[in-house]
Amino acid sequence: MTTTTFRIWRGTGNEGSWEEYPVEISEGMVVLDAIHAIQAKHASDLAVRWNCKAGKCGSCSAEINGNPRLMCMTRMETIDTSQPVTVEPLRAFPRVRDLVTDVSVNFRMKKSVTPFTPRKPDAADGTWRMKQEDVDRVQEFRKCIECFLCQNVCHVLRDHHKQDEFIGPRHFVYTAALEMHPLDTADRVSDLKKTQGIGYCNITKCCTVACPEHIKITDNAIIPLKERVVDEFYDPLTKLFRIFKPRKKTEA
Amino acid sequence: MSSYQTHEFDVLVIGAGGAGLRAAIEASSTGQSVGLICKSLLGKAHTVMAEGGMAAAMGNSDDRDDWSTHFADTMRGGQYLNDWRMAELHAKEAPARVRELEAWGAVFDRTQDGKINQRNFGGHKYRRLAHVGDRTGLEMIRTLQDHGIHQGFEVFMEYTVVELLKDGDRIAGAFAYERNHGRFHLFKAKAIILATGGVGRCYKITSNSWEGTGDGHALAYRAGAMMRDMEFLQFHPTGMVWPPSVRGILVTEGVRGEGGILQNSEGRRFMFDDIPDAYTHQTADNEEEGWRYIIGDKEARRPPELLTRDHVARCIVREVREGRGSPHGGVFLNIHWIKEQLKDGSEHIKKKLPSMYHQFMELGGVDITKESMEVGPTTHYVMGGIQVDSETQMSIVPGLFAAGECAGGLHGANRLGGNSLSDLVVFGKRAGEYAAKHAAEQSMPTIDAGRVEEIERHALRPFETGGDGENPFEIQHDLQDMMQERAGIVRTEENLSFALDALTGLRERAARARAYDNRDYNPGWHTALDLDNLLDVSEMIVRSAIERRESRGGHFHDDYPQKCEKHGTWNTVVRMKADGSMERSEQQIPAIREDLQAIIEENQK
Ligand SMILES: Cc1cc2nc3c(=O)[nH]c(=O)nc-3n(C[C@H](O)[C@H](O)[C@H](O)COP(=O)(O)OP(=O)(O)OC[C@H]3O[C@@H](n4cnc5c(N)ncnc54)[C@H](O)[C@@H]3O)c2cc1C
Ligand code: SF4
Ligand code: SF4
Ligand code: FES
Repeated sequence: MTTTTFRIWRGTGNEGSWEEYPVEISEGMVVLDAIHAIQAKHASDLAVRWNCKAGKCGSCSAEINGNPRLMCMTRMETIDTSQPVTVEPLRAFPRVRDLVTDVSVNFRMKKSVTPFTPRKPDAADGTWRMKQEDVDRVQEFRKCIECFLCQNVCHVLRDHHKQDEFIGPRHFVYTAALEMHPLDTADRVSDLKKTQGIGYCNITKCCTVACPEHIKITDNAIIPLKERVVDEFYDPLTKLFRIFKPRKKTEA
Repeated sequence: MSSYQTHEFDVLVIGAGGAGLRAAIEASSTGQSVGLICKSLLGKAHTVMAEGGMAAAMGNSDDRDDWSTHFADTMRGGQYLNDWRMAELHAKEAPARVRELEAWGAVFDRTQDGKINQRNFGGHKYRRLAHVGDRTGLEMIRTLQDHGIHQGFEVFMEYTVVELLKDGDRIAGAFAYERNHGRFHLFKAKAIILATGGVGRCYKITSNSWEGTGDGHALAYRAGAMMRDMEFLQFHPTGMVWPPSVRGILVTEGVRGEGGILQNSEGRRFMFDDIPDAYTHQTADNEEEGWRYIIGDKEARRPPELLTRDHVARCIVREVREGRGSPHGGVFLNIHWIKEQLKDGSEHIKKKLPSMYHQFMELGGVDITKESMEVGPTTHYVMGGIQVDSETQMSIVPGLFAAGECAGGLHGANRLGGNSLSDLVVFGKRAGEYAAKHAAEQSMPTIDAGRVEEIERHALRPFETGGDGENPFEIQHDLQDMMQERAGIVRTEENLSFALDALTGLRERAARARAYDNRDYNPGWHTALDLDNLLDVSEMIVRSAIERRESRGGHFHDDYPQKCEKHGTWNTVVRMKADGSMERSEQQIPAIREDLQAIIEENQK
């Protein structure tokens, strides 16, 4: 066993400071274990969110040595421990206490997306038929665990604070999942352009790099959505076509 | 001293897993006002962790399946202690609930002809589990969440209910604290639905998150509800055992459903060595037949790895005890062997079990397409819970309903895999419907302000304990160690009596648990408050287990290792007496309807 020093941001709201704690590291330990060890031994009031401890719930997001990560999936072996390991809350969200931030804005953003609107059932018993290959296409997006790490790193939110005009990569992934859902019939393209700010995204791909579910956010979700926006708003032929044939699913 | 904010709802739902969300959606659809409270953020409840699938006899993957077989399988798995009416409703209504999820946007894996695909799971006669790879729970909770947020109910995230309130006999409200700033809230309601999930955190090795502290069980008990079957816990046979930090994390049964086999240190497939009589007629007796079953041969019988969880878990314990375990005290779960059978075996494993692949790769440094996993039993699910009316889900406390894992009855002595996700939506819907109906007939209850102050004082006590108090995390760890050791998978009279005494001592320590600093998002304070619930639930488990002098389902009593017919006629029930002490008694199982009995007999052939 070795002892590693952790530097953790402690505080309420924006008031706070860095505190150092020693932690004994054993085989296979992840950063979240270290936080729990500190909690149990030195600071029972150290605030942290977690649930599944297996990368499935997206609760334990934080910045570890400056990198946005899930604490429960970051093994100690994989990080630099020659210096004290810093753990701090996500920077793009208001701080509540210690490692906990107020992520409620994401829940509001999601509500602005038009919900799933299925076509009429295919069979008399009210069920649908779908091909596995069509299903596979949206399952990439449906893997999202809502860890909000992508929201955290996107400069439009993090540096430019466009929370009211831009729904962020997580919600582009959500929108893409709905738009490419084999049964969906709603049209979200106009919202994307007018109120959800897809134009602010300049395809830096920081969100894709941060995603612990390895969703190709930029290539597979955002770029195809941007193409739809272009088709709809700037291509007169598509627009004309749309008047006669409002169902967009055929082109998906 | 009125230091809390008051909210009023017709129906209040406590818990936002599958059961709570489904209940809130249903109750809202009647036009009643609905509030939904949960301890974590929306979408993070336990349900999100469910992997393997959701059981429903849709007959898409095997047209021989129908509700009656599902019913018979559920009863057999539960060793006939189930509430048979619930088992019937569950089997009949589950397919409609799955289809409804699809109508709300869930995207299940498909069959060749484009229908919802279904997979093998332990104890289910046919391929029955609708699934999405191995992240079915995520699909379910996200679908309910994304649909739910547009239904008009109000969500209170990161609020914790600390006590229920009554107006005479009937339910009147709930007292809660909000995590972010530690402020108190009073929720008045005409009907309350508990959907708080499980109790795994009473034990050291568990697949449950910090939320699984049995709050709903304890809240209902203290409000006068009857608890049933609390001796029956499910120890899932396959939890991770190494490295220590991930001990207990679940390895889905889906691994065995896809062909994974269990081996001891000698490489032997030990599950062939002990097949219970009730299952011999449907279990393969050689490896070749077992594999044919996995690939869908309808003539073949199930491999013994897919026997019920209680049995598989005990076989693993036996192997380890007798010195044939793996290096870290488990056995080997081998899925890579299917490469001998399938030429694209590795790809198949990654496609069917993507999150298991990642889980082992990232947390254990094990490539499951090449190496075996080390696995051992982990506390997973509680069959016991709040006793409810089979149709309406109302407890004996008027206006107090329960659904999902915190309710008892459906699963009897042992739950079949996949029967929980279906339980959540079948009975979540029912609870929502009947709670709304109940609320429509009631006036708003009155709340005794004195009682509220008492609860508030009690909740703040850890801050007053100060310097002489004890660290709540230590008390919690000691309780978990004790329960693991004394009331775990193999029980004895001596250990259970020891546990009962130990609980008295732990209660005294819990009364001195301390919290410090401020009330904002304070986990120490939260843990101190949890202790009461963990202790109440642990006591229910131990008292119920002590008096069941036989072995059945999730309850294995080493002094009485056999099942005993005469104990198969009653359920354990537990209630709080007027003096606050716990009373345990036996309740006769009502005679089963003849047509259902006939179905059971038909399926025993
Ligand atoms: C790893 C894992 C895998 C599983 N896989 C499967 C599977 O493949 N198939 C299957 O059928 N089952 C599976 N299960 C079991 C199943 O997931 C659970 O039994 C089920 O999800 C429980 O759902 P629920 O709605 O009853 O409660 P939960 O999903 O546990 O939700 C409980 C809710 O109650 C809230 N709550 C609790 N106490 C309070 C309080 N005091 N105040 C306010 N809110 C409170 C919590 O915050 C949470 O929102 C699995 C379980 C685990 C742990
Ligand atoms: S690619 Fe777009 S959404 Fe993603 S981080 Fe960059 S700007 Fe933000
Ligand atoms: S898209 Fe990826 S990074 Fe963004 S919230 Fe979902 S899982 Fe997290
Ligand atoms: S605790 Fe669930 S993702 Fe880390």
